[in-house]
Amino acid sequence: MARVWLATAHPIDEGSVEFFFEVLIGGLLAGVMYSLIALGFVLIYKASGVFNFAQGAMVLFAALTFVNLVGYGLPFWVAFACTLVAMGFMALLVERLVLRPLANQPPMSLFMATIGLAIVIEGVGQLIFGGKAFGLDLGIKDVPIAVGGVQISKFDLFAAAVAGTLVLVLGAFFNWSPTGRALRAVADDHQAAMSIGIPLPKMWRIVWAISGAVALVAGLLWGSRLGVQFGLAVVALKALPVLILGGFTSIAGAIVGGLIVGAAEKLAEVYLGRYIGSGIENWFPYVFAMLFLLVRPHGLFGERRIERV
Amino acid sequence: MNARNIVKRSVVIAALGAAVSMAVPAMAAPNEQYFPLIGWRTGPLTPLGVNVAAGYIDYMDLLNKRDGGINGVKLAWEECETAYKVDRGVECYQRLKGNGPTGASTFNPINTGVVYALLDRTATDKIPIVTIGSGRTDTTDGSVFPYVFPLGTNYLSTNTVKIKFIGAQEGGMDKLKGKKIVNLHMDSAGGKETIPLLDAQAKKYGFEIIHVPVAMPGSDQQAAWLEIRRIKPDWVILREWGVAPAVALKTAEKTGFPINRIVGVPFAGTEDDLVPAGESAKGFYVVHPYPTGINYPVIDEIKKYVYGGGNKGNLQDLTRMGLTYYNMGVTYGIINTEAVRVAQKKFGNKPLTGEQIQWGLENLNLDEKRLKELGVTGLLQPIRSSCKDHEGGGAAKVFQWNGTALVPVTDWIQGDKSLTRPLIEESAAKYAKEKGITPRDCSKAS
Repeated sequence: MARVWLATAHPIDEGSVEFFFEVLIGGLLAGVMYSLIALGFVLIYKASGVFNFAQGAMVLFAALTFVNLVGYGLPFWVAFACTLVAMGFMALLVERLVLRPLANQPPMSLFMATIGLAIVIEGVGQLIFGGKAFGLDLGIKDVPIAVGGVQISKFDLFAAAVAGTLVLVLGAFFNWSPTGRALRAVADDHQAAMSIGIPLPKMWRIVWAISGAVALVAGLLWGSRLGVQFGLAVVALKALPVLILGGFTSIAGAIVGGLIVGAAEKLAEVYLGRYIGSGIENWFPYVFAMLFLLVRPHGLFGERRIERV
Repeated sequence: MNARNIVKRSVVIAALGAAVSMAVPAMAAPNEQYFPLIGWRTGPLTPLGVNVAAGYIDYMDLLNKRDGGINGVKLAWEECETAYKVDRGVECYQRLKGNGPTGASTFNPINTGVVYALLDRTATDKIPIVTIGSGRTDTTDGSVFPYVFPLGTNYLSTNTVKIKFIGAQEGGMDKLKGKKIVNLHMDSAGGKETIPLLDAQAKKYGFEIIHVPVAMPGSDQQAAWLEIRRIKPDWVILREWGVAPAVALKTAEKTGFPINRIVGVPFAGTEDDLVPAGESAKGFYVVHPYPTGINYPVIDEIKKYVYGGGNKGNLQDLTRMGLTYYNMGVTYGIINTEAVRVAQKKFGNKPLTGEQIQWGLENLNLDEKRLKELGVTGLLQPIRSSCKDHEGGGAAKVFQWNGTALVPVTDWIQGDKSLTRPLIEESAAKYAKEKGITPRDCSKAS
C-alpha cells in the first residue's frame, strides 16, 4: 500500500527557512491558545488580588454547559447566551459564598478557597453532565493552508482572531467604560476604591462574570481541539509560565507572554530537543519563565509594587 | 454554657461523628467474598474510572442476583476514590486490604503508577493485584512476581499485535523491510515501556523505528507532528492516553498525515478518546484486548438481572453499556470472580484469602467452552495462566473508527511471545537481582 500524504502536506527540510517559520508561527498560534486561559487569571487577579486556581475548572464547566445545551438541540448562539448566563450565576454564587465571607482575609486564604472551588465546580459539572467526554465542532476544519511554503492551521488563525478581538473588547471595556474604570480603581487599591463609593462585592461579581465569559471562549476553542472532557481543566496549568512572563495584572502581558511561551517551547522542542532529549516542551516554558524572573521579577507588563517597610 | 457554645459543640460533635462513620469500613458479612475497588470517579480520566468500575460492579451484582454469589458465597465490594493519584491509591490499598471476613481478595488499580508503588507490598501482604490493561509487563513472569497478574494481554503483546497488523496491511511481514514507523509515545514510564521491544522488532523485520516522545499531558503536539512530517513515516504507532489521543489525531489531520496509517494502543482508542476527536479520527486503527459491543449474552444477562424490573445498576447512563471501558470492567469482573471459583475447587466453597485466590489466578483456564458458558465468546479471549505465565492470553482485535463507532476489522490476532518472552524474563531477572528476590521454581508450583 502506498503511503499517501495530503497534497498540502509536503514533507520539508528541517534546515530550511520555511520549516523554521512553520515552527515559529505554529508556536505563536499555540501561544494564543495559552493566552486565552491566562486572560481569565489576569482579570480576577487584577480586580481582587486572588490567584484563581479554579480558572481551569471554569473553562471545563463552561464548555460542558455549552456542549450539553447544543446537544439538547439549542442553536449555537442561544446555547452561548445561556452558558454566559450560567457563568454569571456562578460568579454570583462565588461572590456570595466564597469571596464575601473571606473578605479582608490574607490572599493565601482566598487562594486556598479557589482550590476548593475548583474541586466543587468539577464535581458539580460531573453531577449535572455525567463523566463522559464530548466532541465539539465549531465548524472550522483544523486543516493546513499553505502560505508562502509555510503551513498554517485554519483553526489556529481563527483562534488568534478570536483572542485578538477579545483583547480589544476587554481593553476598551477597562479603559473607556465606567465599570471598567471602577474595576481598575479596585485593582489599584481596594480601600481607596471603597472610600469613593465603589461597591466591592458588585465589582467582584462583574469581574468573575467576565472571567466566566473568557472561560467560555477558551473552553470552546480548547474543547474543539481536545474534546470537552475532564482533562480540559488541566490545560489551565499551561497558563502559569505565561503569567510569570507577562505579569499577573496585564491583559497585554497575557497575550505577549502567551506568544513568547508558545514560540519558545516549540522552537526549543524542535531545535534543542534533538540534543537534550525530546519531550521538553512541558518544562521548558517554566525554566524560560524562571530565567526571565531573574531579570524582571514582576514580569514583562506586571506592576512593580513598592511597599513601605 | 450559653446557647452559642452549645450549638458550636453540637456542630463539632456532629462533624467528628461524621468523620468517624466515614472512616469505619463497610462491613462484609461472614460468608462474603470482599473485593476492594480502588478507582476514581473524579479527575481528568473520569470516563475510564467510572465505566470500568460500573462494568466490574455490575458483573459481581449479576452473580449475586442471578446465582446467589459464587457457590453460595456472596460477593461484597467497597470503593475507594483515588482521583487517579498514586499516593491516594496506596492509601486506599493500606486502608482496605484488611477489610472483609478474609481480607481483600484482589486489587485492580488500573493505574501503572499505583502498580509500581504496590509491587513490594502485595508480595508481603499476599494479596494479588490484577493489572488488566495496565501495570508492568515483566510481571508476566510469575516466578519473580507471584502476586501480580497482567492477565489478558500485556503492553508488549499488544505491541506485537500492532506490528503484525501493520505487516498484514503492507502485504506480509517481509514487506516491512525498509519501512519507517514512528512510535509516538507519552514521555512516561508506561509510554516508554515498548521501546526495547520495538527496537527488537525493527531489527527482526528490517524496518526503521523512530521514537518520538510527547510531554504529558499531551495537550499540544505540534512540535511532535512537525518532527513526524520531517521523518515521513509509513506508519505511526500512537501510544498515548488522556487528552493526548484526540490532540494527536487532530494535529495529524492538521499536519496532513493520513489517519488510516495510525495504529493506537487500547487507551488511545476508546469511544471517550475518539468522540472528542470527531471526524479527525475517522479511519484510525486501534488494538483492543477488550472489544467494544453490546451483542454478548453476558450483557443481556446484566440487563435482565441487574437493570431489569426497574432496578438500578452501577451505570448511570445506560447508553455507555457495551462501550470499551464498560466491557473492560466486565472482563475485570469475570477474571477476578473466575479466579475465586477456581480457588474454591481447591480450598472449599467459603470466603477465601488473597493467598488462596492467588492460586486461582495462577490456575485459570478460560477456554472456549468456559467462555461460552459465561456468555463472553468474542468479548474475552481464551486465557490459561500458570506460575510462569501471568498473562495467559496475549491476543487482541483491531478496530477502526468510522466517525461514530469502533468497527472490528480483524478477529483475535495472537501476539508474538517468541519476541516478548525473552524481554520479559530479562527484565524480571533484573528486578529480582535488584530486590534480592529468589525466583520460584515454577516446575514445582502446585
